[in-house]
Amino acid sequence: MDVRSVFTEVSYLFASILFILGLRGLSHPDTARRGMHLAEFGMLLAILGTLVNREIVSYEWIIAGLLIGSTIGLAMGLWVPMTAMPQRTALSHAFGALAASLVGISEYYLHGAGLGQFKMSALSFEVLLGSLTTTGSLVAFAKLQGLMPGSPLTYKGQNIFNLSLLAVTIICFVCLLFFPGASVLFYLMLILAFTFGVLLVLPIGAADMPVVIALLNSYAGLAAAATGMVIGNNVLIIAGTLDGGSGFILSIVMCKAMNRSITNVLFGAFGSVSETTQASEGQMREIGLDDVAVQLAYARQAVFVPGYGMATAQAQHVLRELADALEDRGVTVKYAIHPVAGRMPGHMNVLLAEASVPYSQLQELEVINPEFPSTDVAVVIGANDVVNPDARDNPTSIIAGMPILEVDRAKMVVVLKRGQGKGFSGLVNPLFFKPNCGMLYGDAKESLTNLVQAVHNA
Amino acid sequence: MPAETLIATFYVLILAAFLGYQVISRVPSLLHTPLMSATNAISGISLVGSLVTAGAHHTIVSAVLGFLAVTCSTINVVGGFVITDRMLKMFRKRETPVARKED
Repeated sequence: MDVRSVFTEVSYLFASILFILGLRGLSHPDTARRGMHLAEFGMLLAILGTLVNREIVSYEWIIAGLLIGSTIGLAMGLWVPMTAMPQRTALSHAFGALAASLVGISEYYLHGAGLGQFKMSALSFEVLLGSLTTTGSLVAFAKLQGLMPGSPLTYKGQNIFNLSLLAVTIICFVCLLFFPGASVLFYLMLILAFTFGVLLVLPIGAADMPVVIALLNSYAGLAAAATGMVIGNNVLIIAGTLDGGSGFILSIVMCKAMNRSITNVLFGAFGSVSETTQASEGQMREIGLDDVAVQLAYARQAVFVPGYGMATAQAQHVLRELADALEDRGVTVKYAIHPVAGRMPGHMNVLLAEASVPYSQLQELEVINPEFPSTDVAVVIGANDVVNPDARDNPTSIIAGMPILEVDRAKMVVVLKRGQGKGFSGLVNPLFFKPNCGMLYGDAKESLTNLVQAVHNA
Repeated sequence: MPAETLIATFYVLILAAFLGYQVISRVPSLLHTPLMSATNAISGISLVGSLVTAGAHHTIVSAVLGFLAVTCSTINVVGGFVITDRMLKMFRKRETPVARKED
């Protein structure tokens, strides 16, 4: 081993350690930034360690790629608004997976038939996961960005068609292990994987995106880990596994928060079910702006429950203004965050942090639920299914068993809603018909702005 | 590939998986979005694989594939770290305790 390779290996070892320390920093908001700086330093080390590699003979393609990538990355990093985080994340999964896939294709193109069985299986795995994640993430991006309808796209026999496509892909995979030189099979598998990625995400509705994004995150990571196995690089295996593991853990957390299995999310086409069995009972009660303002102004504790509606209305800043106005009057203000509120894990927390809400006020489901009975006013802003009491009370409901924020136990509930339409899942929400619930119709941002004024005058 | 290398590779894989589980399950749901963009940036380490592919110059095809891969991973590394930092900067404790009006 010469000096250069020793330097490379040592830089990889340090990078791996720094990545792990960096992720450990994320266990608390106070240490998180420092942790990320460690990870950034690790990345720099690994890149420098690679650039001295003997195999690298020319630098023009590398420099071009680094320059273009840094420019695009920096621009995206600086200017993507926080409300667009789900889209950006989906897009970055696509980039990561595409990179893994391209390295795999190049390896196959160069060494093809000469690859041993182990390397060939790792390579196929890499290309398979990488390709399906690339197109799957692009579809998720299009849905989140509104370039495509967010509703599930379904047709008859969809699951059977998708599964048979997957079966053919796996047959190609297995055959390649025995005939690594059969490049037709390799490119066929590649095309099938790209197609499968699209078909996999098409039937998934926008409300299920938190699970899908987490799952695609996991796939992108595993593809990177497989790349590490193909080129025999440990830091890649470690970083890829960390990414894959994190995505997997997140998707399980998200599924638990919806009381559904991953299979059900992927193949259930939730949301396409039109629930007609439950007729809406009773009357929704509309409540006046001034009433709400008075109730809030004289409350002891108010809890805000944000949902995706807050993100689309960009209402987080004015919500914070309302909270400030209330706190000035001595009201205790808290925010109840459901794990699947929004379109990606932790979405609401980031938006509220952007509006400089201190994180100590952001409460998780288990913490805030016992507090609702002693809460004077709960304000639901563009959330629906996560506060649907049917999940708790009605065992026949399709969301039965899903943990909810029990706002209906508060002394009074105010629901900010655009109109009388149903929630994303198409379910009737009995909360809206409860006697302690009032509806405040209109754009969330506008309603909140008016509320701030009304509270000042109250 | 010799059996020893294969076994060593699996050791790394399995240990990384265990360690990852331990570290990541400690991340509070408050920070799940930054976690996702951070792991994304970190897995941009596939850049090191892409660098070799782009620079080894076996054929023009592999160089171009490598170049594209370098671009994609650099976008993730740079963009991922920048945006993670931007997000983490926003998470703060209450800066000044709000004076409660007692009456």
